[in-house]
Amino acid sequence: MISALKHRFLSLKTFYLTSQKGLPFIITLFIACFLYGVIAGLFIAPADYQQGDGFRIIYVHVPAAFTAMLIYFVMASAALLTLVFRLKIAAICMSSSAAIGAWFTLLALMTGSIWGKPMWGTWWIWDARLTSVLILLFLYLGFISLQSVITNQNARDRAGAIIALVGVINLPIIHYSVIWWNTLHQGPTISKFATPSIAPAMLYPLLAMIAAFFLFYTIILLLRMRNQIILREMRSTWIREVI
Amino acid sequence: MFNALLRIMRHEITSIFREAHAWLTPILFFIITVCLFPLALGSDDPLLNHMAPCIIWISALLAILMSIGNLFRQEAEEGYLDVLILSSHSLTLWVLCKMLTHWILYCLPLILISPLLGILLHLNTSEMLLLISGLLLGTPVLILLGGIGAALLVGIRGSGLLLPILIMPLYIPVLIFGPGILLTYHAHLPITLHFAMMGAFIALSLAFAPLLTSVALRLGVNSS
Repeated sequence: MISALKHRFLSLKTFYLTSQKGLPFIITLFIACFLYGVIAGLFIAPADYQQGDGFRIIYVHVPAAFTAMLIYFVMASAALLTLVFRLKIAAICMSSSAAIGAWFTLLALMTGSIWGKPMWGTWWIWDARLTSVLILLFLYLGFISLQSVITNQNARDRAGAIIALVGVINLPIIHYSVIWWNTLHQGPTISKFATPSIAPAMLYPLLAMIAAFFLFYTIILLLRMRNQIILREMRSTWIREVI
Repeated sequence: MFNALLRIMRHEITSIFREAHAWLTPILFFIITVCLFPLALGSDDPLLNHMAPCIIWISALLAILMSIGNLFRQEAEEGYLDVLILSSHSLTLWVLCKMLTHWILYCLPLILISPLLGILLHLNTSEMLLLISGLLLGTPVLILLGGIGAALLVGIRGSGLLLPILIMPLYIPVLIFGPGILLTYHAHLPITLHFAMMGAFIALSLAFAPLLTSVALRLGVNSS
C-alpha cells in the first residue's frame, strides 16, 4: 500500500504539479494573516502597561522562535520518512527546510536580543530558553554543513536524516539539561511572561502572526522544493514538458 | 561470537601499542591543554580549584574529538568494512566492540592521568574521586555519540573540523552534568541527581548509538 501511495501521490511529478496549483492559495492566506497581524499588532492592540510600545516586538519574536522550533520537528519527521520509507519527497523537504529553519532561529535570537536590551538591560543572558535556541541554531548549522560535504545524493539524504533524528532525540534532553543548569547557576529572576494570561486584543494578532510566519515558511519551502525537484529530475522527460 | 569480538579487541589493542606515538598524541594533547588553562587564567589558586572540573572536562572532550574521527577510517580504507557488511555477522555488535576498545585505549589513560592533573589544579582527594567517577560515566557517552559522527563522515575527504561541529552540540548535556558534580559538591548540595542523569545518558546512548552508527556505516559504504 505504501509503495502504491509513494508512486501515485507522493511522486515528485505529482508534487510539482499540485504545489503549482496550491501556491497561490497559500500566498493569499499568508497575505491576509500577515496584514491582519501587522495592522492589529502594531496599531490596534493596546500598549503594554509595563513595557509600553516596546512589547510589540513580540509579534516578530515569538512567531520566529515558534516557527524555528516547528521547522526542526518537520525536518525530523521528514527524516524518519526518508529513513524508513525512502521517500524522495521527504528527503527534499528535509534538506530544503534546514536553511529556512536556521534563518528563523537567527531571527528569533536577534529580535530577542533587541527586546532584551531595553527590558532586561542586557543583550544576552544565559537564560534556559535563549541557550536552547542558540543550540538549535548549532544543530541546524551542523546539519547544513554535513549535507554540503557529501556529494552522493542518496548518501546525502540518509546521512542528513540520521543526524536530524539524533538531534531531535537530543533536543528535549539538551533543553531540560539547560533549564536545570540554569537553576544551579542562579539565573535571572525576571521571566519573560510573568503573567500567564494575555489580553485577547494582544493575543489574536499574535496568533495571526504565528500563522503568517508558518505560511511564509511553507511558501519558501515549496519554492525551494520545486527548485530541488527540477535539479534532481533534470534528465527526465516530464520536467522538460512542464517547463 | 563473543570470542571473535574479544579477538578483534585484542588485535586492535596490540596493533595500536605497536605505533605508540600515534596513540600518545591525544593523551599529550590532553595534558598540554590542561596546563595551558592556569597560564591563561593566572595562578589564582581558588579560581583554579573552582574551574578544575570544567578545565579537565573540556580538555578531555577536545582530546576525544581528536581521536574519534579515526574510529572507522582504517577499516573503511582497507575494505574490511565492506566485507563485514556483506558477512552475516552483526555490524552493531562490532561497532560496540570498536567503541569499547577505543574507550579503553583513548579515554582510560585520560582518566588515569587526571588525578595527576588534579594535583596541579589543587583538587583534594574526595574531589578527585568525584571527578574520576564522573569521567568514568561520561566519557563512554562522548565516544558513543562521537561514533555516529565518525561513521557519517567516514568516506569523506577533508572533513576534519566538521566532526566537532556536528557532534559538540550533542555533548552539551554531558558537559552540564559531568563538571556539575563537582560544582554542586562545592555548593554543598546533594549530587545523586548528577550520577542518576549520567547513568541515564549512558543507558540511552548505549541503546541507540551503536544502532545508528551501523546504519550510518552501511550508508557510507553503499554510496562510494
